[in-house]
Amino acid sequence: MNDMQNQQPINEVKNALEVRNLNFFYGSFQGLKNINLDIEEGKVTAFIGPSGCGKSTLLRTLNRMYDLYPGQRAEGEINFYGQNILEPGQDLNLLRSRIGMVFQKPTPFPMSIYENIAFGVRLYEKLSRSEMDERVEWALNKAALWNEAKDKLNQSGLSLSGGQQQRLCIARGVAVKPSVILLDEPTSALDPISTGKIEELINELKHEYTIAIVTHNMQQAARVSDYTAYMYLGSLIEYGKTDEIFIKPKRKETEDYITGRFG
Amino acid sequence: MNNISNINPAIFAKRKRTNKIGLTLSMGAMGLGMIFLLWILSVLVFKGFSALDITLFTQSTPAPGSDGGGLANAIVGSLLLVGCCTLISTPVGVLAGLYLSEYGDRSRIAAITRFVTDIMLSAPSIVIGLFVYAFVVAQVRHFSGWAGTIALALIAIPVVVRTTENMLRLVPGSLREAAYALGTPKWKVAFMITLRAAQSGVMTGILLALARVSGETAPLLFTALNNQFFSTNMNAPMANLPVVIFQFAMSPYDNWVELAWGGALLITFAVLGLNILARVVFREKVQS
Repeated sequence: MNDMQNQQPINEVKNALEVRNLNFFYGSFQGLKNINLDIEEGKVTAFIGPSGCGKSTLLRTLNRMYDLYPGQRAEGEINFYGQNILEPGQDLNLLRSRIGMVFQKPTPFPMSIYENIAFGVRLYEKLSRSEMDERVEWALNKAALWNEAKDKLNQSGLSLSGGQQQRLCIARGVAVKPSVILLDEPTSALDPISTGKIEELINELKHEYTIAIVTHNMQQAARVSDYTAYMYLGSLIEYGKTDEIFIKPKRKETEDYITGRFG
Repeated sequence: MNNISNINPAIFAKRKRTNKIGLTLSMGAMGLGMIFLLWILSVLVFKGFSALDITLFTQSTPAPGSDGGGLANAIVGSLLLVGCCTLISTPVGVLAGLYLSEYGDRSRIAAITRFVTDIMLSAPSIVIGLFVYAFVVAQVRHFSGWAGTIALALIAIPVVVRTTENMLRLVPGSLREAAYALGTPKWKVAFMITLRAAQSGVMTGILLALARVSGETAPLLFTALNNQFFSTNMNAPMANLPVVIFQFAMSPYDNWVELAWGGALLITFAVLGLNILARVVFREKVQS
């Protein structure tokens, strides 16, 4: 392991996703304008910007969620480990099993906590009962929910509190072992304590997963992310290391937004 | 104290008056409805109750002129007809509702289906009876339980279709998106997530459809007709409560008329029970 690392040049970074000249349209309205950006493997990339700036739209192109809605289309390239996922003929179900997503509002399925997690796993894997038990425990541990949920695995996922439901959704996403996890404002409907737990979780998960997070909360972006992208009116204004963006942004607009003079 | 000098007493008094008039009118309308409902129910209970005894459930309908008798053949017939109707209308109705909500959505076929379903919802049930008479009874040349079942199913299906569709539409889009985000294929999202989330609403729709068909008389007159004897043969004419009530209530025999009241009481309470069950099922959903 050490030998291999030594052989690699120190500066080489591996990108999970590379966005190239991406334009996105809601009917005739252009929601994203010529976006170019790399999302590095094993890091947390945060998208910030005022409401309607296109940050959620960008996230939803990364797993082609927009495909569910007629009239929405994307142009350009999004390379996922070298494969352009915007090309026709992609298996979207397979793609989405590799690029998971967690939404703003908790969305537990109407079934037990155990089944909530097993549901996604069964789609692509055939596990024995004991293997599935292990996987469920593993995923709930990953989402820091095992201790609270282990005695009520057969209860409905809807019986959990809002913060627990959101962690259940994260566990569900992690359980299928994707390589990228997209988080669309995962804490905006939660109280500060649940938010804190989920932020800790993001710090844990980034060792094994590539994470992209959209957030309205700039402190959150500063706390959890390695890279930050500031977007405004569908354009990417500035993108770089989170420390640099927050301490000495290059663009005046970014500085105005971060210091609260705008937005 | 707040300064209330800007309130015009004349406007305030007028508003109070309008409120009183409105309240009186709506209470009056409600009272009128309640009076007739309670009237019907009390007459039904008063007259039907004396007919309620064990022979009502053990003996079949009596021959003209003979004493006693019960409704066993009609009760079993009604249960069979409505039961078979449920077995047909549930899968057809739920699948069509799923199509309208999850697949067809804004397509032309879906719009046409919705339109036709709405017409079927308000079609007079006697028309449906005549239709089945022409296409089933006249073809095989005899009345039968199956023909009755088909007529009832034709009435129940549109109800199930529309309630299923409406209940599925109440499922938030975010739940579907969450399922797709795991890589779930569309049919699994529809059947295992959306339908499951709406299941108590769908059940309510099915129960209400049953409540509706279990009192239908006109379509059965042309299809299942009646049978004086106990029979579970779906290929033969079949006794059923609504038609027995219809024939017995107009008969000159006292014991027949009494049986008709008993049957009416039974069927009313069965429908009431179905409605209450539907409400309980639906309330459980809201609480979870």
